[in-house]
Amino acid sequence: MIQSKSHHRGKMAAVWLMSSLLMAGLMGRLVYLMIFRSEHYSQMAEDLHQRERTIKAARGQILDRNGTVIATNRTVCTISVIHNQITDKDQVAETLSRTLGLAEDEVRKKVEKYSAREIVAVNVDKELGDAIRNCHLDGVKVDEDYRRYYPYGSLASKVLGFTGGDNQGIIGLEVVYEEWLKGKNGLILTQADAAGVEIDNAFEDRVEPVAGADLTISLDVNIQTYAQQAALKVMEEKGAKRVSMIVMNPQNGEILAMVNVPEFDLNDPFTLNVEPQEGTAASKQELLNQMWRNPSINDTYEPGSTFKIITAAAGLEAGVVRLEDRFSCPGFRVVEDRKIRCHKVGGHGAENFLQGAMNSCNPVFIDVGQRLGVDQYYHYFTQFGLLGKTGIDLPGEASTIMHKKENMGLVELATVSFGQSFQITPLQLITTAASIVNGGNRVTPHFGVRAVSSDGETVRKFSYPVREGVVSAQTSETMRYILEHVVSEGSGKKAALEGYRIGGKTATSEKLPRSLKKYISSFVGFAPADDPQVIALVTIDEPVGVYYGGTIAAPVIADLFQNILPYLGINAEIMD
Amino acid sequence: MPKKKKKKARRFYDYSLLFTIVFLTIFGLVMIYSSSSYMAQINYKGNAGYFMTRQAGIALAGFFLMILISRMDYHWYARFSNLAILVSWGLMIAVSLFGREVNGKKRWLGVGNASFQPTELVKITVIVAMAALITRIGRDVDRMAGVARAVLITMPLAIIVAANNLSSGIIIVGIGFVMMFVASKKQAPYILCVVAAAVVLIFAGPIGHALTAIKILQPYQLTRINVWLNPEAYPTTGGYQVLQGLYAIGSGGLFGKGLGESIQKLGFVPESQNDMIFAIICEELGLFGAMLVIFLFVFMIYRFLLIAGNAPDLFGAMLVVGVMAHIAIQVILNIAVVTNTIPNTGITLPFISYGGTSVLFLMIEMGMVLSVSNQIKLER
Repeated sequence: MIQSKSHHRGKMAAVWLMSSLLMAGLMGRLVYLMIFRSEHYSQMAEDLHQRERTIKAARGQILDRNGTVIATNRTVCTISVIHNQITDKDQVAETLSRTLGLAEDEVRKKVEKYSAREIVAVNVDKELGDAIRNCHLDGVKVDEDYRRYYPYGSLASKVLGFTGGDNQGIIGLEVVYEEWLKGKNGLILTQADAAGVEIDNAFEDRVEPVAGADLTISLDVNIQTYAQQAALKVMEEKGAKRVSMIVMNPQNGEILAMVNVPEFDLNDPFTLNVEPQEGTAASKQELLNQMWRNPSINDTYEPGSTFKIITAAAGLEAGVVRLEDRFSCPGFRVVEDRKIRCHKVGGHGAENFLQGAMNSCNPVFIDVGQRLGVDQYYHYFTQFGLLGKTGIDLPGEASTIMHKKENMGLVELATVSFGQSFQITPLQLITTAASIVNGGNRVTPHFGVRAVSSDGETVRKFSYPVREGVVSAQTSETMRYILEHVVSEGSGKKAALEGYRIGGKTATSEKLPRSLKKYISSFVGFAPADDPQVIALVTIDEPVGVYYGGTIAAPVIADLFQNILPYLGINAEIMD
Repeated sequence: MPKKKKKKARRFYDYSLLFTIVFLTIFGLVMIYSSSSYMAQINYKGNAGYFMTRQAGIALAGFFLMILISRMDYHWYARFSNLAILVSWGLMIAVSLFGREVNGKKRWLGVGNASFQPTELVKITVIVAMAALITRIGRDVDRMAGVARAVLITMPLAIIVAANNLSSGIIIVGIGFVMMFVASKKQAPYILCVVAAAVVLIFAGPIGHALTAIKILQPYQLTRINVWLNPEAYPTTGGYQVLQGLYAIGSGGLFGKGLGESIQKLGFVPESQNDMIFAIICEELGLFGAMLVIFLFVFMIYRFLLIAGNAPDLFGAMLVVGVMAHIAIQVILNIAVVTNTIPNTGITLPFISYGGTSVLFLMIEMGMVLSVSNQIKLER
C-alpha cells in the first residue's frame, strides 16, 4: 500500500496539474476574448441592445411678410400605458378615462393588456397631458409631440398646404419648402431587452433634434383677409361656384395674396368643406383632392378679353399698330371662311386702336393679330413667357395649352388674339400682364422670401429669375396708358376708384363646351397706373345672372384696392 | 476491503475546502439571482427571486446532508455500490421510457412538482463503484481483466446516459478514465488516449467533414461542428446561444460592468442562470472576476489532491480522485463550451449554475470528500 501510494500520488498530481493547465488555457482564452476581442463583441452586443427612438424636430414656422405667424406647431401629447409598470390598475383606468373623456372599459382593456406599450390616446392637448403627468401614476407615459397648427384656420389654405402624420408637407408651400421646414429629427438611443422592451435607467445617448427653418413668405395676412372677404362676398352675391383672386407686386413677382374660395380648414384638412352632391360617384379621396386644388395655378381657362393686353403689347412692340390707327367694327370680322362676332352685336363702328381697346372690341384685336401673322404672334407669345410655366414655388402648376405653331391658321390666330381657343392659368395671365406693365421685365411669381434657421444664424434669401426686356419700356408705358383708359373711360369703368389711377382689363370667358352657357368673369387691375405697385386678378367661376366681367368682376377689384392701397401706403391723389 | 482499526486521534477536517464550497455556493446563488431575476420577474409574475430561492432551499438541505455524510465512515456506503448501480440502471431505463421531455431530450424524472435528473446519481454511483472496484481488484488494474471490469461498470451506464445527455456521458467516461489512470501503474496507454482525444478535437472540422462524407456523422452533427468553428455565421440558428455568450464575455472587459449590470441576461442569453452563467459572470465581473472563479476551482481541486494524497486508504483516495475528476472535467468542459473552445454541449458549472439535482449531489460528493478528510490522522 505504501509503495503503491507514491505512484498514486504522482498520478493524482498529474491529474491536478493537467486540470490546472487546462484551466490556465481557458484563462488564456478568456484573456483573448475579454481583452483582444472585447471591442468586437461589445460592439456587436451594443448593436443588439440598442434601440433608436426618434425625437421629432419642430417644423419651422411660416411667417407672412410682416412676421405674423401663419403656420406653427402646437405641443400635443401621446398618452400610453406600460402594463408591467402599473401598480394600481383601477386608479389608472379611472383617471385616464375621466381626464380624457374615454369609456372606462376601453381604457381598462388597454391597461390590462399584456404588452410593452399600449397607446391610449394621441393628439391630446398639452394641458390635459400635463394634468395626467401631474397625477404621477405608475406605468402611465405622457410623450410630447408636435402637431402643425394654423392660427388662421382656412386662410390661404390652398397656398400654405398642410402636413401629414409624420409632419411632412402634403400640399402647397409645406411641400415645396419641406427641406427647409422639416428640420432634423433627433435620436434617443436606449437599451432594450431581448423582447425589445426598453430598460429603465439605462444609459441614454441623445442626439438633439434641430428645428426646421422659419420661412417668411411674401403673403400679407391683411391683404389676404381683405381679398378673401371680397371674394366670398362676390361668390355669395353671384352664386358663383368658385372665386379666385391673386394680388401680386408686379415689380418683383411677390404674391401678396392668393385666394381661392371656398377655402378649407387647414387644421382639419380631411373634412370636406361642402356636402358631397347626391348621385356623384366620386370617392371621398377624389373630393378631398378637388377641395385641396389650387385653381389659380392647377387649372387652366380661356382668359378671354384680358388676353387682349398681350395682343396689344405684341402689336405695339412689333410696330404693326399705333394708338391712333383707325379701325372699323361692323359687329363681326370674317377670317377665311369664318365669321367671328364682336360682343357688341351692332358693332363699335369707327374707332382708333385706343378706343378699340377701351371697348374691348374683338375685330380690332383680330386685325392686330392678323397684321402680326402666326410667326410673329407665336414669337411674342413665347417671348412673354406664355408657353412655359411661371415657375411659382407651389406644386402642380399647370402648363399652357396652346395650338402648335404648325397647326395654327389665321382662324386660330384670330381667336387667340382675343383670348380664346387656348388655355392658361390665372397665375400665368397676371404674371404676363405684370411683366407688360412693369416696364417689360418678366418676373417669377413667388411666395418664399427667406428661410431663417432655428438658431437665427443662417439666413437664406431666395432669389428668382427676372427676364428683362420682354417688351420695351416704351411699349410698357403705352400699355399702362391704354389700360388706365380702359378703367377710366372704357369697359373697366367699375374698377375706377376716386383719387387713384387704376389700369385694368375685363374679360368674360365662355366655359367649354360653349353650349352650357357657363362663364368665367374676370378682371385684372393694377395701381397706380403710371407706376404699378400692385396688380390683382379676380376670376369668378360660373356666376349666376349677370356675368360680364366689367359688371361683376371689376367692382371686386375696386373694392379690394380701396382697402389695400392705403394699407400699402399708396395714397389717393386729391383731384379737382 | 482492507479494514483499519479506528483510533481516537485528532482528526483532520478540511475547513478550507468547506469554506470554498460554501463560498462557491453562495456566490452561485448571487449569480443565479443576478442572471435570472429579470426574466423570472417576467415569467413568474414578478417573483424575481424564483430561481434563487429554489436553489437556496436545495443548497441548504444539501449542506446539512453534506455535514451529515462527512461525519459518516465512508466505508459504510461502499457496500451499497452494487445496489447503486442497480438503482442507476433502473432510473436510467425509467427516464428513457417515462422521462419528461424537455427540448427533445428525456432527462427528467418527475413526480408532480418535484423532478430529478438521474444522471447526477449515475455520476456519484460510478465514483463509488469504481473506487470500490479498484480497491477490490488490487493489482488487476493493470491487467486486461481489471480494465475490462472497470469498462463493464462505466461504459454501459455512460452509453445509456449519453443517449439523452451526451455531455454527462462524456463526464462519466472521464471520471472512470481518470480513476483508472490514477490507480494504474501504467502511463502510456492513458497518455495515448488523451493525445488521441486532443487530436480529434483539434482536427474536428476536417474529421467531421470526412465522417459526414462517408455517412457516419449526420449532417446536423456536422452543422454543430461548423457552428463551433464559426458561430458568427449562424447567428440565428445553431450559433445563437454561443454567440450571445461570447457577446456577454466580450463586453465584460477587464473589470466587467458590475454586479447586476449585465444586459445579455435580459433574455438574450437563453436561461442564463443555467449552462451559460459563466458568461454572465464574465460580463458583470470581468476578466478579473472570471479568473477568480477559475482560481477557486483550481484551489478546490488542489484541496482534493491533498485529501486524496493523504487518504487513510486506497478506497478513500479513489473516492476523492473520482470527485476531483468529476469537478475538474465539468468545470473545464463548461468554461470551454461557454468560451466556444469546444463544440456546444449542455454542461452546468458546478456549485454556480442553477440546478437542484446537481447541487444536491455535489453536496453529497463534497460530504464524501470531507468524510475522507475527516479520517486523516494529523499525527502523520
